[in-house]
Amino acid sequence: MKFSESWLRTLVDPKLSSEELSHLLTMAGLEVEELAPVAPAFDGVVVAHVLEVVKHPDADRLNVCQVDIGNGTPQQIVCGAPNVAPGLRVPCALPGAELPGDFKIKIAKVRGIESSGMLCSAKELGIAEDASGLLVLPADAPVGQSIRAYLDLDDQQFELKLTPNRADCLSLQGIAREVGAITGTPARLPEIADVPATIADQRAVVLDAPDACPLYCGRVINGVDAKAPTPDWMVRRLERSGIRAISALVDITNYVMLELGQPLHAFDNAKLDGAVHARLAQPEEKLLLLNEQTIAVDADVLMISDDAKPLAMAGIMGGEESGVTLETTGLFLESAFFAPKAIAGRARRYGFGSDASHRFERGVDFGGTRRALERATQLILEICGGQAGPVTVAQAALPARTPVRLRTARAEKVLGLPLGAGRIAGLFQGLALSFERQGDDFLVTPPSWRFDMEIEEDLIEEIARLYGYDNIPAPAPRGPLQMQVQPEAQRPAFRVRQMLADRGYQEVVNFAFVETAWEADFAGRTEEAELIRLANPIASQMAVMRSTLIGGLISNLVTNLKRKQSRVRLFEVGRCFHRDAAATPVAGFRQPWMLAGLAYGGALPEGWGSGARKVDFYDVKGDLEALLAPAALRFEKLAHPALHPGRAARILLDGRDIGCVGELHPEWVQKYDLPVAPVVFELDFAAVKASTVPAYAEVSKFPPVVRDLAVVVDQNLSLQTLFDALETRRPPLVKDVNLFDIYVGKGVPENKKSLAFRIVMQDTQRTLLDTEVDAAMQQLMSCLEQAFGAQLRA
Amino acid sequence: MDNLDQIVSEAQAAFAAISDPDALEQAKARFLGKSGQITELLKGLGKLPPEEKKTAGAAINVAKAAVEAALNARREAIRKAALEARLAEEALDVTLPGRSEARGGLHPVTRTLERIESLFASIGFEVADGPEIEEDFFNFTALNTPEDHPARSMHDTFYLQNPDGSLADKVLLRTHTSPIQARYMQAHVARYGQLEKMPEIRIIAPGRVYRVDSDATHSPMFHQVEGLWVGEGVSFADLKGVIADFLKSFFETDDLTVRFRPSFFPFTEPSAEIDVAFMSGALKGRWLEIAGCGMVHPNVLKIAGIDPEKYTGFAFGFGPDRLTMLRYGVNDLRLFFEGDLRFLRQFA
Repeated sequence: MKFSESWLRTLVDPKLSSEELSHLLTMAGLEVEELAPVAPAFDGVVVAHVLEVVKHPDADRLNVCQVDIGNGTPQQIVCGAPNVAPGLRVPCALPGAELPGDFKIKIAKVRGIESSGMLCSAKELGIAEDASGLLVLPADAPVGQSIRAYLDLDDQQFELKLTPNRADCLSLQGIAREVGAITGTPARLPEIADVPATIADQRAVVLDAPDACPLYCGRVINGVDAKAPTPDWMVRRLERSGIRAISALVDITNYVMLELGQPLHAFDNAKLDGAVHARLAQPEEKLLLLNEQTIAVDADVLMISDDAKPLAMAGIMGGEESGVTLETTGLFLESAFFAPKAIAGRARRYGFGSDASHRFERGVDFGGTRRALERATQLILEICGGQAGPVTVAQAALPARTPVRLRTARAEKVLGLPLGAGRIAGLFQGLALSFERQGDDFLVTPPSWRFDMEIEEDLIEEIARLYGYDNIPAPAPRGPLQMQVQPEAQRPAFRVRQMLADRGYQEVVNFAFVETAWEADFAGRTEEAELIRLANPIASQMAVMRSTLIGGLISNLVTNLKRKQSRVRLFEVGRCFHRDAAATPVAGFRQPWMLAGLAYGGALPEGWGSGARKVDFYDVKGDLEALLAPAALRFEKLAHPALHPGRAARILLDGRDIGCVGELHPEWVQKYDLPVAPVVFELDFAAVKASTVPAYAEVSKFPPVVRDLAVVVDQNLSLQTLFDALETRRPPLVKDVNLFDIYVGKGVPENKKSLAFRIVMQDTQRTLLDTEVDAAMQQLMSCLEQAFGAQLRA
Repeated sequence: MDNLDQIVSEAQAAFAAISDPDALEQAKARFLGKSGQITELLKGLGKLPPEEKKTAGAAINVAKAAVEAALNARREAIRKAALEARLAEEALDVTLPGRSEARGGLHPVTRTLERIESLFASIGFEVADGPEIEEDFFNFTALNTPEDHPARSMHDTFYLQNPDGSLADKVLLRTHTSPIQARYMQAHVARYGQLEKMPEIRIIAPGRVYRVDSDATHSPMFHQVEGLWVGEGVSFADLKGVIADFLKSFFETDDLTVRFRPSFFPFTEPSAEIDVAFMSGALKGRWLEIAGCGMVHPNVLKIAGIDPEKYTGFAFGFGPDRLTMLRYGVNDLRLFFEGDLRFLRQFA
């Protein structure tokens, strides 16, 4: 809501500066978003009357003018504006004036002719963009008067950011009322007298949907001149409220809406047949609106119609065909109360909004419906002439104003503030609320312009607002102390993140909506039915909810490579989204927290001692094993759309699939233009956070025996199979089997590999005998021999 | 006896001239070996008359001790010299950079969330979480924002499509973290509702939220932290106290002013916006909008099954992105979501 301060001050004029007023409004809940002067600072500019215009002898485009500036002595001024002409009244900057942009006016010679000032365009004064010529003032502009005073340029424009509950402040009258309450300065609301009928023309009004439209006032006005110019003062007030002046009839309805908060509509009376109805839309009903949109209206939309056809979407927008034009001579003027519930959301449904719907859906003062009609009539007769008919008032049951009870003790409890009933009574009086006091209780009847006083808390808010939020104390918080249980078998999310950070990974946060192609490339989702599409994405590359975090990481990698980062380690923790009918808590959508990471570039940061080895599968696998330690992970070969088929693994924890790790598929390496393949992983974050509470096992006091065992096996034997066999068949005294070398090449037969294990044996009760150790080694060897045809390496 | 002195000085000179440990042991033999000069003299004692034996023996032993001392001193000197040489040889350039994995870091907003969570944990707030694809009911209706409520247009909501392309009208991307309070209260009532006195609810709920908005100061996805305290006698004054305490603790300064001004949210009444102004620094004196808050609306409590006559509470919602920007002087929100390592590494 924009408005001009000088307009407001005609209604309420507290002894406060603009800034003080702005602060008070903000602190009362009417946030002032902007406070700006309507014109930049300048001075020394007056209304001048051009007396004579003669061509400059030495310049084609210049004229030498004699102008009257009101001091009795015509001034000679050289002017280059194309529209300068004798008889015009225009702004004239006198010598000594300072115009916006540090432009100082002096007596100077222009091509040899002395010029004592400058005639100004609107742009030169900084009040409009129009630089095409001089700003032409009305013929009655008082010569010699300061232009600032004449055009009211010392005015300020306020812009309020109003919350939806304060529709009562969508008018100058409402703001004035509020300013009156918060400053204690009485507001002088516009006095409006009823305009008596001078003609008998009248139109019947029928309330077919009295719940949606319980009050409708209308009147015919004939003989108007729709082409009459809108007076300057009205144009100025409209413009300073952010509304463009269009034509007198439209401007007057807008003006009254701004002044009183009541949206009005003017129909061309010649285009109406019979009675005016306020009714719900009929099946298949369509209407061409003033914004040139044709709307097929739903059955719950309130319409204004006549006996034959729809005329307007009530309270939202008028129809193109029944609206007033410059040719209109007779009109039917509407001022009605439409129930907020009957208007709310309708305009948004069709993709537009209007000043009227904005007000009606929040609530318009139903006590001022008739008054607004009288005000508009009065202005129309003044500006466009004509004769008014009698007012038709159709009325059903208006919104009930049920008194709301406020208990002093409750207000004190909610606010945490000892107030006392006396003080509350004073605050209510300040708001001009009508109430009945019953001991410490108040029965407050909400005024017809307030739609946000339905329950006790609403009144408590009013009390707090008027008392001043700033004046409420802010004591240290008090509450019962209770310890918080932190499950020990659950690692905090931040700790897991920190562990990854400590291993060199940098956390990123990516958007949850991604490109459709990413879902196909990195999650294999090519079926439309699998995708979760946004109905209203802001861009096509943000159209689908992600089911994997990998796409975002690849995109981050691409960005960082462009910025010459050669070594990249990234991770993200975020939700992924899957269609799943059985999901909870939101049926249809499983939304697990995932952890994904990416490693690219050198295995170690480049340096004198780090070598040139690039990161590979096993580096990242090692990171994951460390991250999840002490849990033992299992890795199985995996086919995954994002990953290299020979270099990808499923990760199992206690037999459960918790994610994957692998090199990016060569196809995507090429498609996303990566010099080499990154290694990526993605894990179920809940599984990563799960841990175990340590359980003690006895520590042996006796020395371990360490033996090495080197065997030759088939080259394609998976180590996991071998470890599994050893795990189930190892003798109990074997505590640890560690693979410390793999060798392929000279000395090992073709298609074979040599594996070297370090075996640790120990007993908690005694020192091992050589014979026991030898037997255990023999047992291990024969197990490998039987299961895998392993042979001792010579 | 001159002979003895001569032997001692001869030995001293011989040892001093040697720097090799093996040569020193050979030189030792010349004096103290089986047929060394001192040994020979001791052997000769037997031939002396008994009255001379005692004095001569004592003199020889003195000389022997002197030779041994010279030998030991020389041995120690040679060992030390060898150690020095080894140490010099083993010296490193300690100024070379260390060899290690580079350290990564947390996202700056994560850093802020961790700080917020731990500050609130210190006064008994638990962390709660909720879904990001949310039911319309919890995002709006349970928060006293029925369909067609004008407040719905305050949030430009992302909606989803059904697989057949039609609009999925029961779900949306949550526009705020407030649905978590609705869900949490419901669950709390299910658990404790039958008790005479329900335990307090004190939660903090951080998360990603979504709105159809994208420019220099708005991101279509951003973070929020919801807070909720419901109990007997929780008041607006308590809300002010908690928020003031939090802001001073978060920014680690008393050099700021917090102001509350009336506002409107359908799910709180009275409602307030919180502004903060710093007394020093680049943003000195400017009021910065930092959070929305208020007393939980009785309808919201009722929908959750809580008796608003018995229990009252407050809720607040902070923008951790904004808090992060203010804390570290970041001037562009979009940097948080671009994954640029040059930016992110600054918060490691």
